[in-house]
Amino acid sequence: MGFFQSYGLRLQRKRWRIRARRKARQLSVVSDNTAGVQPDDILVFSTFRNENVRLPYFLDYYRRIGVSHFFMVDNDSDDGGREFLTQQPDVSLWTTTGSYKRARFGVDWINWLQMRHGHNHWCLVVDPDELLVYPFCDTRPIRALTDWLDASSIKSFGAMLLDMYPKGRLEAARYERGADPLDLVCWFDAGNYTISRNGRFGNLWIQGGPRARKFFADEPERAPALNKIPLVKWDKHYTYVSSTHMLLPRGLNLVYDEWGGEKASGVLLHTKFLDTFGKKAEEELARKQHYANSHEYRAYATGLIDDPDLWCKWSEKYINWRQLEILGLMSKGNWA
Amino acid sequence: MTVGIVMLVHTALDRAEQVIRHWVAADCPVVVHVDKTVERAIYDAFVESLADLPTVLFSTRHRCEWGTWGIVAASQAASELMLRTFPQVRHVYLASGSCLPLRPPQELKRYLDARPMTDFIESATTADVPWTVGGLSEERFTLRFPFSWKRHRRLFDRYVSLQRRFKMHRRIPPGLVPHMGSQWWCLTRRTLSAILEDPDRKIYDDYFRKVWIPDESYFQSLTRLYSQHVESRSLTLCKFDFQGKPHIFYDDHLQLLRRSDCFVARKIWPHADRLYEAFLNPDGRSVAEAEPNPGKIDRVFSKAVERRTRGRTGLYMQSRFPNENWENGVTAAPYSVFEGFTELFEDFEAWLSRATGAKVHGHLYAPDRVMFEAGQTTFTGSMSDSAALRDANPRMFLTNLIWNTRGERQCFQFGPMDQQDISWDISKDPNAQISVISGAWAVPLFQLNRNFAELRAEAAQLQRIEAEHLRALRSPYAKARVRIWTMAEFIESPMEALQSVVDQIGTKGPRRLAEVPRMVDLAGFGQFLQNLKNQGMHPYLMGDFPVDPPLKNQPPAPRKPYLVK
Repeated sequence: MGFFQSYGLRLQRKRWRIRARRKARQLSVVSDNTAGVQPDDILVFSTFRNENVRLPYFLDYYRRIGVSHFFMVDNDSDDGGREFLTQQPDVSLWTTTGSYKRARFGVDWINWLQMRHGHNHWCLVVDPDELLVYPFCDTRPIRALTDWLDASSIKSFGAMLLDMYPKGRLEAARYERGADPLDLVCWFDAGNYTISRNGRFGNLWIQGGPRARKFFADEPERAPALNKIPLVKWDKHYTYVSSTHMLLPRGLNLVYDEWGGEKASGVLLHTKFLDTFGKKAEEELARKQHYANSHEYRAYATGLIDDPDLWCKWSEKYINWRQLEILGLMSKGNWA
Repeated sequence: MTVGIVMLVHTALDRAEQVIRHWVAADCPVVVHVDKTVERAIYDAFVESLADLPTVLFSTRHRCEWGTWGIVAASQAASELMLRTFPQVRHVYLASGSCLPLRPPQELKRYLDARPMTDFIESATTADVPWTVGGLSEERFTLRFPFSWKRHRRLFDRYVSLQRRFKMHRRIPPGLVPHMGSQWWCLTRRTLSAILEDPDRKIYDDYFRKVWIPDESYFQSLTRLYSQHVESRSLTLCKFDFQGKPHIFYDDHLQLLRRSDCFVARKIWPHADRLYEAFLNPDGRSVAEAEPNPGKIDRVFSKAVERRTRGRTGLYMQSRFPNENWENGVTAAPYSVFEGFTELFEDFEAWLSRATGAKVHGHLYAPDRVMFEAGQTTFTGSMSDSAALRDANPRMFLTNLIWNTRGERQCFQFGPMDQQDISWDISKDPNAQISVISGAWAVPLFQLNRNFAELRAEAAQLQRIEAEHLRALRSPYAKARVRIWTMAEFIESPMEALQSVVDQIGTKGPRRLAEVPRMVDLAGFGQFLQNLKNQGMHPYLMGDFPVDPPLKNQPPAPRKPYLVK
């Protein structure tokens, strides 16, 4: 990489940091429990809108694997989720009525919170419908993973987004507050992902899965990106560039091995396709607050009316992380 | 007689305390060295917490930075204190704060009592070991290393290359043969005191002070000078990964550790409560005289290293995306590509599937949709039959298909009417077995009833595409196993050709073909080619086709009936 390109990326990183500070003025604090954060705590950062039904399980899931504190940004919810979170002692909550889209889909808000509170912590940036699965997650807490990453001098950990879906119509997957969504959406596509490399930022660009298969079969280049780097030993000079798909400085994006080996990686189980999805898609379509003019939601809206079943006879039923490892969706790397 | 434990501690002091109490309870005196970087207050509290144990002593503190002399100095000081204070100690065991005894100390004592003169220390000459990480093996002993590798990497590297450039070599003290090995040893009082009380010790210390990673070579080399009986292995189970840092044990390794029968394991994750619980509270389980047997753990960890360095062949995923030529094999398993066979035979796919038991797809790269086996719209791994999805990344379409169907042979049809982007990828893939009947694309044209001018244009186009593809197959970069017949050659002896193709797939063992696919009726094909020639287009890929070929597919002339008298 030449000097100018390198310098260009540096300027870009600075620009995102300044932007994050500017967008931070949109945030107002609802409950601040950050005083209780210990120096080596593992933190979750998340933006949400009207996800009250998912929040209890989300918090439980991450508490169980050893997350100590949650930094949540509420984007103008009106379903009681905000009130629920204010009662949680390990949640610090900010709220905003600002535009999700103009905060670059929440990235600016999260960048600012991480700049303020994430420095020198392992930070996990996930949405309420994303559940992190990492090697040995059934027997080892996430601190085992971060300790190992520290010992190996690894600063970022990749976890690809894996779309989970039910068998049959989405409306039939009736989700109860507090329940494990994986009981309803336990199917996934095992091997139809395509990967290319992003030369500028050095990250991989992964597409595929049921969304590409069902909604983007005619224009695959518009299918959503599934590559994510959600777990980073944060430094206040880092920034996310686009969702959690890529970061600056760009060395953090190198979560894959280029010389034939496998680095350790995890999977984010994406439990978006529940009965709540139809309503959400409608709402998001009306709000026009999503990526590429909500193209994705438009495709869903039409796709789901014609044929609402994402399941096919080759769909794989989720069992555990070892299954994902064998299928080649994630890897233990040299962690044993 | 007993064994004394020298313990080097720098973090997780609460765990160290637990282990120290465990040793002391079995009458093993312990000398603790706490790293100088540990804060005074924390150190004092630690000393205080162990004040009730008279056989626990604390030695002079040194700064133990990885790869430097400090660790050796610490071991020397602690060992001296041990030998001086506890005359009942016959073996001294060097351990770290994250070491965990897996078997009761009594068993270790018995084991050592049975081998009173043996020094357990891994010790091998540099020429014979593949361990060295970072490219310094022999040079560890012949160059000087005054700069810290961890903190002043650039200075460290510069000084190494400077010494290399000017051939600045150190002299190894006479009589000393450098040996290396695991830093965790168990030495007899006799050997250890000989090392520590050697009149030449200053010479050796001065020399090793500037050796790279002296903790892996100081005792390992000097033991060779004095020991009566060196057993070159460590009693501590300690596995290293490909970067030379130790693997860590967690709760889920409990059974693996139990079965290893090793005395001490390193390194244990400080939060592995179940391991500490299980091994520090002996439940009467005893394997008595069992020899340590780390084989099983070795396999688990060497597999992990292999996964990290070589990965799974044919897998492309979020954390394995090799640069070109670094894939260790483009695809996961062998597969077969057939070109021109479905054109020449009416029921080729069904026949091939019967003859070989393999999965036989149609034209996977057909322009309108992916022709999966039996016309399925999705396939293993939820692959879609959408041509657009496939063409977005034709190479990964193939690698995905082969990865998803590991353990089942895949065959597919290919030809000049298909999407050609995959052409070079299959020809460069050693897993591909490609059989081509060149020119067979002309057969469907011949069967079509269309305007001859159109046919001529299309024939010219297809011939150009196939010629391009054949160039890839014949190029020096091609690694696939390729068989190319011209159509004329092929129909000379189709049985032989088919037999060789089926044998190569080799799924059902060598066997004569019981049935053959039915060839299309080629009567008039020679004339068709002649017509193309007459129109000025030169069809050459099918070979020399006579205007009226001998018809191979005719039913054999009925034999004369036997007469039975």
